[in-house]
Amino acid sequence: MPNDAAPSDGERQLSGGTSPALVVSHLTKRFGDRSAFEDVSFEVARGEVFGFLGPNGAGKTTTVRTLGTLIAPTSGSAVVAGIPLSAATGAEIRQLISIMPENPGLYVRLTVQENLELFAGLYSLPSPAARIAAALETVNMAARARDLCGRLSKGLRQRVGLARALLSDPVVMFLDEPTSGLDPVASRDVHDLIASLRERGVTVFLTTHRLEEAERLCDRVAILNTRLLAVGPPEQLRMQLFRSSLVVETAVRLPAPETVFTRDMGVDKWITEGDATYVLTVADPRMTAPRVNRALVAAGADVVSIAVSHHSLEDVYLQLVDEDPEAGR
Amino acid sequence: MIGLDLGRLGAVARKEMREYRRTPFIVGAMLVLPFIFLINPAIVIFVLSAAIKPAAAARDVGSTFLVLLVVPAVIPATIAAYSVVGERDQGTLEPLLSTPVRRGEILIGKALAPVIPSVGIAYLLFALVVILAHFFAQNPAVAATLSDGPHVLAQALFAPLLAVWSIGVGTAISTRASDVRVAQQLGTLASLPPLAVTALVSFQIVPLGVWTAVGFGLGLLVIDIAMWRVVAAMFDRERLITGSRAVKTTGVSPGDSVGPGQVRRIQA
Repeated sequence: MPNDAAPSDGERQLSGGTSPALVVSHLTKRFGDRSAFEDVSFEVARGEVFGFLGPNGAGKTTTVRTLGTLIAPTSGSAVVAGIPLSAATGAEIRQLISIMPENPGLYVRLTVQENLELFAGLYSLPSPAARIAAALETVNMAARARDLCGRLSKGLRQRVGLARALLSDPVVMFLDEPTSGLDPVASRDVHDLIASLRERGVTVFLTTHRLEEAERLCDRVAILNTRLLAVGPPEQLRMQLFRSSLVVETAVRLPAPETVFTRDMGVDKWITEGDATYVLTVADPRMTAPRVNRALVAAGADVVSIAVSHHSLEDVYLQLVDEDPEAGR
Repeated sequence: MIGLDLGRLGAVARKEMREYRRTPFIVGAMLVLPFIFLINPAIVIFVLSAAIKPAAAARDVGSTFLVLLVVPAVIPATIAAYSVVGERDQGTLEPLLSTPVRRGEILIGKALAPVIPSVGIAYLLFALVVILAHFFAQNPAVAATLSDGPHVLAQALFAPLLAVWSIGVGTAISTRASDVRVAQQLGTLASLPPLAVTALVSFQIVPLGVWTAVGFGLGLLVIDIAMWRVVAAMFDRERLITGSRAVKTTGVSPGDSVGPGQVRRIQA
């Protein structure tokens, strides 16, 4: 069956090209009456690091499994690595992608080398020894090639899992919680690796609960809670959800703050937070902060600090998930 | 083989063999069980008096023959029962199924690993029993019966066919079981029914001749094929991963479902 054969280099280039790495259109997966995810649509560009966020049970892993051709969607369509998702194209898609589940799933009675040899064989890779050596080198595991996987720490197993995911030089890599349970140093190594993958043009689909990780690594993020709540670059999601604000602290409470924090200054509204701290909603913090500072000094106030308030991706996430009716169910 | 990539099939089989070699339970079963099944033939060889008439001796040899066939029937089932549920247990099933490997390549690769040593051990055991009978049996009918053409042919045919059934049934149970030990116990039990077919020959209910051996061999082949069709149908990626079978996919046009207006979309 041609669909199950490994694509030639030419075919691979054809499925590479400049088309998006992933096109997901109204994809739905139901298990009986329960929706794992519903009406999910997004695109991921080639070479993009795309974060896929959501609470437990939101359908993230099921989405990855569906795009990885492990389970069939109930409705909707998707194009993965340039190939339409269907039962007939499963093997062809799997040849071009790699999935690293949260648990790397290594054969603990086999050595690191033997684990990778198996997967090199399953992907029908040419020059498997060289590919294995290169993958191990990338994750700094070359010296541990002959160790049994059962004797490796969780962090090292995670690295072997990443080496395995890199082995076939995939067009799209699905990483499901790659830093789960890792110490900060091991997490940093994984982050560096993802950054280097981006530089190499590999599309990374990163499922994570660690929002600071997504914020740091991802070009765009999608927030899923059975339904897709938002898609976009973290910075712009922040700007869309939260107006910019300045946090002004003075030495003592202002006698008449309404005379200082005016619309003429560029302040849309303000609230008091604590004894002598004011949060100002502004359109442009860089323009407004010096004006407010001058006005405060002119009014005789002792300014302790004026800072731009940054909303994190966590704020965006919590805001979206909390306002989602699914969250209450 | 049409539609199968021998490289991938070999990769699966090599991995299985490596894992088996490093699993004490499997190595122990391979080493110890054949010796246990050697006890009955040894008794027949050493104890059967020369005074017993050839027809009666042949009946006793029949039971020996049946015992020798238990080896290829039971050992592979125990091993095969581990094949899928064991992968699920150690979390390797999903990474394995995420590769381009096809169902047939996984199933045949996983089957080859236990079938080769099991049939090899069965043949070695049979050869050992025949040699022992030739040199040590008091009753000359024992060696003569064991090494006659139909018995050798039956052993040659039945051992691999029983092993293939046994692996099929073990794998089928393994795809649905949630516990390795339960899978192994059920696999061992389910591997036994085809022995009833060979028992008809062993106990001379059906006299063993060349054509009987071939006929029974074909019968076993038919049930093997039927069993493997069932195994292939049970080996469904979605079911293995999620525990529920894939529902037929229905396409929808982009406008059919809830519009994307509820999604906050921001272009980079």
